Amino acid sequence: MTNSINELENDAKCVFLIGTNTTENHPVIGYKIRQNVLKNGAKLIVADPRRIELAELADVYLPFKPGTDVALFNGMMNVIISEGLADREFIETRTEGYEAMAKVVENYPPEAAAEICGVDAADIIKAARLYAESEASSVCYAMGLTQHTTGTDNVKSCCNLALLTGNLGKPGTGVNPLRGQNNVQGACDMGALPVVFTAYQAVTNDEAREKFEKAWGVKLSGVNGLTLTKTINKAYEGEVKGLIVIGENPMVSDPDLHHVEEALDKLDFLIVQDIFLTETAQKADIVLPGVSFVEKDGTFSNTERRVQRVRKAVSNVGDSRQDWEILCELSTRLGYPMSYNSPEEIFEEIRTLTPSYAGMTYARLEGKGLPWPCPNEDHPGTPFLHKEKFNRGLGLFHAIEYLEPAELPDEEYPIILTTGRSLYHYHTGTMTRKAKGLDEYMPENVVQINTELAKDMNIIDGEVVRVATRRGNIELKAEVIDGIRENVIFTYFHFAEAAANVLTNADVLDPVAGIPEYKVSAARLEKIQ
Amino acid sequence: MDIKLTIDGKEIEVPQGTMLLEACRKAGADIPTFCYDPDLKLAGSCRMCVVQPKGWRNLVASCVTPAQNGMVIETESSDVVEARKVVLELMLARHKLTCHTCEKDGECNLQDYCYRYGVTESRFAGKVHNLFKDDSNPFIERDYDKCVMCTRCVRACEEITGARAINVMDRGHHAHIATAYDGSLEDSPCVFCGQCIMVCPVGALSSKIAAGQGKPAQNDKVMTTCTYCGTGCTFELNVKNDKIVGVTSNRDAEWSPVNKGALCVKGRFGWDFVNSPERLTTPLIKENGEFRPASWDEALDLAADKIKAVKEQYGPDSISMFSSARITNEENYLAQKLMRAAIGSNNVDHCARL
Amino acid sequence: MTQEYRVLLEHADKINPESAADYIQVGGYKGLEKARSMNPKDLTEEVKKSGLRGRGGAGFNAGMKWSFVPQYPETKYVVCNFDEGEPGTYKDRIICQKNAQALLEGMAICGHAIGSNNGYIYCRGEYPFVVEMLKKAIGNAKESGALGEFNIEVRMGAGAYVCGEETALIESIEGHRGEPRFKPPFPGVEGLWRMPTVVNNVETFACLPYIMTNGADWFAGIGAKSYPGTKVLTLTGDIENPTYFEVPTDYLLRDVIYELGGGVKGGKKLKAVQVGGTSGAFIPSQNLDTPIDFDSMGAIGAALGSGAVFVMDESRDIVDIINRIAKFFEHESCGQCTPCREGTFRCKEIMERINTGRGSLKDIENLKVLARIMQKASLCGLGQAAPIPITSTLEHFEYEYLRKLV
Ligand SMILES: Cc1cc2nc3c(=O)[nH]c(=O)nc-3n(C[C@H](O)[C@H](O)[C@H](O)COP(=O)(O)O)c2cc1C
Ligand code: SF4
Ligand code: SF4
Ligand code: SF4
Ligand code: SF4
Ligand code: FES
Repeated sequence: MTNSINELENDAKCVFLIGTNTTENHPVIGYKIRQNVLKNGAKLIVADPRRIELAELADVYLPFKPGTDVALFNGMMNVIISEGLADREFIETRTEGYEAMAKVVENYPPEAAAEICGVDAADIIKAARLYAESEASSVCYAMGLTQHTTGTDNVKSCCNLALLTGNLGKPGTGVNPLRGQNNVQGACDMGALPVVFTAYQAVTNDEAREKFEKAWGVKLSGVNGLTLTKTINKAYEGEVKGLIVIGENPMVSDPDLHHVEEALDKLDFLIVQDIFLTETAQKADIVLPGVSFVEKDGTFSNTERRVQRVRKAVSNVGDSRQDWEILCELSTRLGYPMSYNSPEEIFEEIRTLTPSYAGMTYARLEGKGLPWPCPNEDHPGTPFLHKEKFNRGLGLFHAIEYLEPAELPDEEYPIILTTGRSLYHYHTGTMTRKAKGLDEYMPENVVQINTELAKDMNIIDGEVVRVATRRGNIELKAEVIDGIRENVIFTYFHFAEAAANVLTNADVLDPVAGIPEYKVSAARLEKIQ
Repeated sequence: MDIKLTIDGKEIEVPQGTMLLEACRKAGADIPTFCYDPDLKLAGSCRMCVVQPKGWRNLVASCVTPAQNGMVIETESSDVVEARKVVLELMLARHKLTCHTCEKDGECNLQDYCYRYGVTESRFAGKVHNLFKDDSNPFIERDYDKCVMCTRCVRACEEITGARAINVMDRGHHAHIATAYDGSLEDSPCVFCGQCIMVCPVGALSSKIAAGQGKPAQNDKVMTTCTYCGTGCTFELNVKNDKIVGVTSNRDAEWSPVNKGALCVKGRFGWDFVNSPERLTTPLIKENGEFRPASWDEALDLAADKIKAVKEQYGPDSISMFSSARITNEENYLAQKLMRAAIGSNNVDHCARL
Repeated sequence: MTQEYRVLLEHADKINPESAADYIQVGGYKGLEKARSMNPKDLTEEVKKSGLRGRGGAGFNAGMKWSFVPQYPETKYVVCNFDEGEPGTYKDRIICQKNAQALLEGMAICGHAIGSNNGYIYCRGEYPFVVEMLKKAIGNAKESGALGEFNIEVRMGAGAYVCGEETALIESIEGHRGEPRFKPPFPGVEGLWRMPTVVNNVETFACLPYIMTNGADWFAGIGAKSYPGTKVLTLTGDIENPTYFEVPTDYLLRDVIYELGGGVKGGKKLKAVQVGGTSGAFIPSQNLDTPIDFDSMGAIGAALGSGAVFVMDESRDIVDIINRIAKFFEHESCGQCTPCREGTFRCKEIMERINTGRGSLKDIENLKVLARIMQKASLCGLGQAAPIPITSTLEHFEYEYLRKLV
């Protein structure tokens, strides 16, 4: 997030939610947005194919077609420009590339955008005005925006909108991705990405690489690595031979599970380090038992970039070991000795190599933690970014045309399937399915179907139906609801036994970020006789 | 502009608009409260916090009465003490007093204040209600036979979570906390965040997941950060005999900067997977399609051998690593360091996008 | 002095209360005209000077109440309290049925003083026929142009006694549970929809036109000095003439019963009088020579309240009556604050015990403690006043309790 979570409750005068079911996926952030609307009268715009809970409170609700995000943003920007609501001063002093962007946006008058998105032009106009006219507007998004072949374009469009109205670098504004998992931010910050070291220092940058080579005392590769989804494809093709998986469960979380399974089967070795024998661990050659968050010390970085402590409360279970100790042992056995006395000592090393964490120490993190960047020990941390200037200097507009999703409904698969999360479960369910209350409350997967569609197909609430795509099919209970577009169905991906990712598409990825298109698959709904 | 007043003989100055409760606390007086909650709208209804302004006929509820210039306040006058005792006795008269088995034992306002004012039993004992709510949900126990009707749960539900699942139903002595139509929480807009448990000053609301495993007052508490979504809520792990037995809120913004103790159903009730019998307790090696337990040395040596063999035959880029968005920064750092420095490839990623 | 003195009810039954024209014929809407010719500050001063005090029970100086209303916010409200929930009280209904236009005029005068054109009348749920009449009266007055820009809406109460309490009434108009708010903030600063609001009783408003036409000094000269004007009383119980009267406020309670009321029914001896409604004190016969005004009543531990006078003859069983009153309050407590919610319930339990011959001295002790704390620590007037019948009868009629104990 460019801005901090509490600004969504206290400072934002208008909140625009797109592709985030906030009250289910980031519940506490959802509460804050709701309170801002109820207590302070903040305006709320919700764009989502499903009538999510917060849509009930929205000043404008846009139930747009999955995958048409760019058209929606362009439509809104068209209104903002033509009605003179753009922040001219901000554009002139803080941005570049406006002209090219404006030229593309010209082709998206609200009526045209409305046609693509399947919503009312009047609502696009209203949303545009609300967002542009408020003193401080914040846009928040989650996987609903990014899990598309055009995910990167979607995010860039979102930035365009904020730049156009000067909604960056002030309290209550910003472009705010809500990260799904507790330490996605941290994993990215720490360089658990194929193209960067810590703090987004590119592996292809000689200077950065030399710095790490010097610190680590070893020659490093300057070739970008493989993303997770590419790794699976390369394993399938036989180019990747060995895989180490730490606390992940691609056998449930990745797209097109049949494909994943075949890929893993082809590996020479699979080593899994986890706390449970997950679906993925079951396929491993070697399983190494790590510890859960209650058994370890360390830090997590949340979606607002706040680094907070995790504290060990109980001893390791059985003969399991601290994950950092396992990694050290393995590395040492590979001929690269690693040895630390504690996570704090690792953190001390991290901060020497990670400018944004340089000013943090465990002592300073005691209590409420620190949001990065925190470049030195006197720095108070940074609740919101881009105050005076952007990282690259000027904010860059991108001229982006709308592109259709890769897999559109056709005669054989006439419906759009979209997937997501439930309030009661988390990711692949490895943890929540073993939490008694959560599993009892929501023991099985469902597919949400619009009332009209259900009526046409003679499907009743609670009936078991089959959902099929080009990749495969699963059977699960129908939940008949009003709050979803008529030709869209929705299902959760937490359940290994009715795994939504049997259905999703691994062939098409966002060309830049490599994100699979979880939010749009062409599907068919079948009644089971 | 500051105003001056005298509290228990002590002169103090407070800013205009300060409530007497705060002024009294500033003057060092310990004022008992039930319905007051610094993060919620004021109710002024339990009347436990009454104090005596000199020259006034009635006592005033200090939590809702603004301090006035020149006021002379007594916080433990005989009238005040009598009023508090009567309030406690009125509460006790309908209370299912089972402290020995109560989750709240040791940090219960009713218990503490009865102790403080020497209230052993109620002069007003008579009919009791049967308000225990047999609610089948797996998370929240609702025993309204222990409720003191402070309405903090109602306000927390509305003002923190915004679910508006519960409200006061019926009037007078029949007033009680209920969902619409007095049904179960499951059939209401309740999202099982447990904010109601967080604010309840007595044992009327408690966690079913933690029930019977350790009274929170007696457990050790370890502050940590939630393992689920990216919001980064912090909370207290409750520990007893080296086992996690519950999760409670710490509402201090200095320790809970993002959420001030508020949580969602996963954070508050989803912790018990750590005690699952299915947890892995020893390294496993697969032989002929079956896992067998192995020693660490054996498992790690084998892992290193396999990695080395593939690396030698196919090069470092034939090996990939999936790190994790659920492990710590320190572990992620080591994971990518291992991949890059020990194996020699940039093939490291995690599920950021999934 | 045994005569009625009719000001509000002077033209009762001689004019059609729905008709603005009728009212204007007898001098109506002159007061409003005069009020509007004054600046709001002076108008408020004039009302202050008249000494008019609230007729709804609390006896607060009306002009003073208005003077607390801040000037700045645009939206303010004038609310008429016509909840009249006291059993045995119907004087507000009589005033409406006989002289509705005076109420409307009074509200408009207040509106000018505080700068509001938004009036609400909150009418008791049991009076649907009066609501109809009021709506016609308002329609007629609006048509005639007499009210000018001032608008009045009628809201029906839900039949809860506590909704007569001004802040509960406000909550009720807002569509919430009828529960009193803690004060401050008073409605004058934060009332309906959190905007400045004046709440006055029907009778209070209805006095205003006469104050404006005849002058503040004229009003201040009627009746008791500290509580001037007239008061409409309603007589019930064991009385020869169970009806209503309008009298100057220095009128003696004895004369109310023996002159206007025609004495105790059947010539029986008087045991007690309860003035001011269900929460009023029980006044023994030795205190009858007290003027009915607010302060004189206060001096003998009673309250004028709404002006209900309930007469009990020598044959009445005090404990049984108190038992029923305890039941009433147990039923009417809103349930918000501990002393009243639990206290009224336990009072009822104890009274039931005593009344059925199962009570003990301990019960009487406990009752006294409970009553004291309810009065001192309850959130609103209901809980504070509910024990008054108990304490006043324990003071004057304790023997009636004692003889019922086991
Ligand atoms: C329990 C309770 C019931 C009340 N009922 C009434 C009522 O029915 N009518 C009324 O005018 N005032 C009633 N009051 C008094 C009002 O709260 C308020 O003081 C009054 O409306 C102010 O008007 P006034 O100043 O003109 O008397 C009641 C007060 C309490 C505590
Ligand atoms: S709620 Fe408090 S007083 Fe009641 S049983 Fe529990 S600990 Fe005891
Ligand atoms: S359940 Fe607890 S928080 Fe809710 S009203 Fe009762 S005592 Fe208060
Ligand atoms: S408690 Fe809920 S909202 Fe907070 S971090 Fe955990 S999962 Fe997210
Ligand atoms: S005194 Fe009675 S009526 Fe008044 S707020 Fe308290 S419970 Fe409600
Ligand atoms: S704490 Fe003040 S009234 Fe309850």
